[in-house]
Amino acid sequence: MSVTAQPASRGPLFAGHSKLSDRIGEPLLRVLTGLAALAGVGVLVWIAYTVFNQASPAISRFGFGFLGTSAWDPVHLRFGAVDFIFGTLESSVLALLISAPMSVAIAVFLTELAPRVARRPTQILVELLAAIPSVILGLWGIIVLGPFLNNTLEPALNGAFGWIPLFSGSASPYGMLSAAIILTIMTVPIVSSITREIFDTTPSEFKEGAYALGATRWEMVRMVVIPYAGPGIVGAVILGLGRALGEAIAVTQVIGNTAGIHASLFPPSGTLAAQIASEYQGATSNLQVASLVYLAAILLVITVIANAAARLIVSRVTAGREQWAP
Amino acid sequence: MIPRDTASDRQVTEPDPPISIPQTRIINEERERPQQRGHGVSVKALNAYYGDNRTIKNISIEFPASEVTAIIGPSGSGKSTVIRCINRMHEEIPRARADGRVELDGTDVYDSRVDVTHVRRLIGMVFQKPNPFPTMSIFDNVASGLKLTGMRKRGLRDRVNQALRSVGLWDEVHDRLGTPGVALSGGQQQRLCIARTIAVEPEVILMDEPCSALDPVATLRIEELIGELKERYTIVIVTHNMQQAARVADTTAFMLDGELIEHGPTAQIFTKPRDERTERYVTGKFG
Repeated sequence: MSVTAQPASRGPLFAGHSKLSDRIGEPLLRVLTGLAALAGVGVLVWIAYTVFNQASPAISRFGFGFLGTSAWDPVHLRFGAVDFIFGTLESSVLALLISAPMSVAIAVFLTELAPRVARRPTQILVELLAAIPSVILGLWGIIVLGPFLNNTLEPALNGAFGWIPLFSGSASPYGMLSAAIILTIMTVPIVSSITREIFDTTPSEFKEGAYALGATRWEMVRMVVIPYAGPGIVGAVILGLGRALGEAIAVTQVIGNTAGIHASLFPPSGTLAAQIASEYQGATSNLQVASLVYLAAILLVITVIANAAARLIVSRVTAGREQWAP
Repeated sequence: MIPRDTASDRQVTEPDPPISIPQTRIINEERERPQQRGHGVSVKALNAYYGDNRTIKNISIEFPASEVTAIIGPSGSGKSTVIRCINRMHEEIPRARADGRVELDGTDVYDSRVDVTHVRRLIGMVFQKPNPFPTMSIFDNVASGLKLTGMRKRGLRDRVNQALRSVGLWDEVHDRLGTPGVALSGGQQQRLCIARTIAVEPEVILMDEPCSALDPVATLRIEELIGELKERYTIVIVTHNMQQAARVADTTAFMLDGELIEHGPTAQIFTKPRDERTERYVTGKFG
């Protein structure tokens, strides 16, 4: 491989290697590409180091007890993360519970049911949702979604299902439900486009096998397409989860940013990312800043775990698929 | 090259046709034949298209009940397309369509009142490459078509076991019905697919080069199975393997460029073909 290790015999086979541009170019290419890769890894390590380093005052003060403490009192310097961990997980899981079935429905429509001419345009429009800057989505949440929830949807849910704790209490324009819906809108394009791509890879021989047995279109999808894509859909949902867990701006705009765990979806709440985004600029003490960075460290760990889970699932799927490959 | 069963019912009742008239002409004239067990398929003036490209050109052919008909011909001659028109799988391909009549027991499967899923339940299909459903167990693969008909529990188990016995898989797999169908060998997978097809008790089984992905031993096994299955089913098999056609088929049809050149008793097609193109093909001069 190395250009410097020239064999003793210099037959015509080796003539090309002695070109000056090759002798400089190849090592140079290796150095440049290696540096680029190193920069990516380096930044990642640097950020992780910074987060844990800056959080150290709070880590040494509160220890792991921070994770289980329900408190956010900048005046008396009492801080804890559990409300925000709960808020982060609740808003994200709720969003995925809505967006996963929606995304599968969209993917089924786009791959099997929509008229051929409508498929590509619809797909592009759905994926364009992902291109809306989250701050604009948050503004829409404040202007349109909040009042709608406060005046229409939440009173209606309360009237019909008020006996379920999730829908108890009075309506509010800012709160968990609003955040979950915004996160749903943000994750649908991601989850649906990945799911659609997986559906598209279903080998046609299996689809034909189902049709030849007298399956209808929906029966074919249920027999072949969804089971075949199943683990891949889980991977797509977890990628969507990663997106939802980390979203700060749009959630900050609509969730109300208060600590507290509520059974109901209506009252204002908070998430890790939203709490950092909304309080960092106005933090009044070093301990408050360190506590906010501690929240960031927790968020980082949660998203890394979600990402690793997604990778694990995807690699399992690909490994399992090899025996079916044509 | 001598088929196992040269004297079918059909040949007994049929007077020797004049040598000069191709067999296909005679079939076009819709002669009366005594009704046999099961249901035959009769194709009348069939045209098939991919977009604007007409790939099947005005074909008429009879597939007699409880007989094996082989369709031979070079690649691209439209053999597969013809059988895919019989169970209406052709129309699943984008921009593909067909016209003409395909009659099963006197009913045109292209009639607007006919439910396409019903057609495919009565006319089963086995594909070139074994395609057991990858996420399903051996049992579920065979049960998959039955479940579509709403069958559950006890009756389902009996029918699955019976189908596995019919294809000779029962002894090989009865102790591992819950394992994935894709874990079987290629030949077993193809027999599993045949079991899946016959579990729903069709009238007709279409086979699209069912042995082309299999080794010679597995191929022989499938050919024996075809011989057993024709007692109960009308079978149409597309094959590029002329020896296979000679071994399994009662009658053989030769296709070229989307046209049916000749259809007759297998022995005759291979020994005294009426058309010069058939002769050139079966003697290996082209294709």
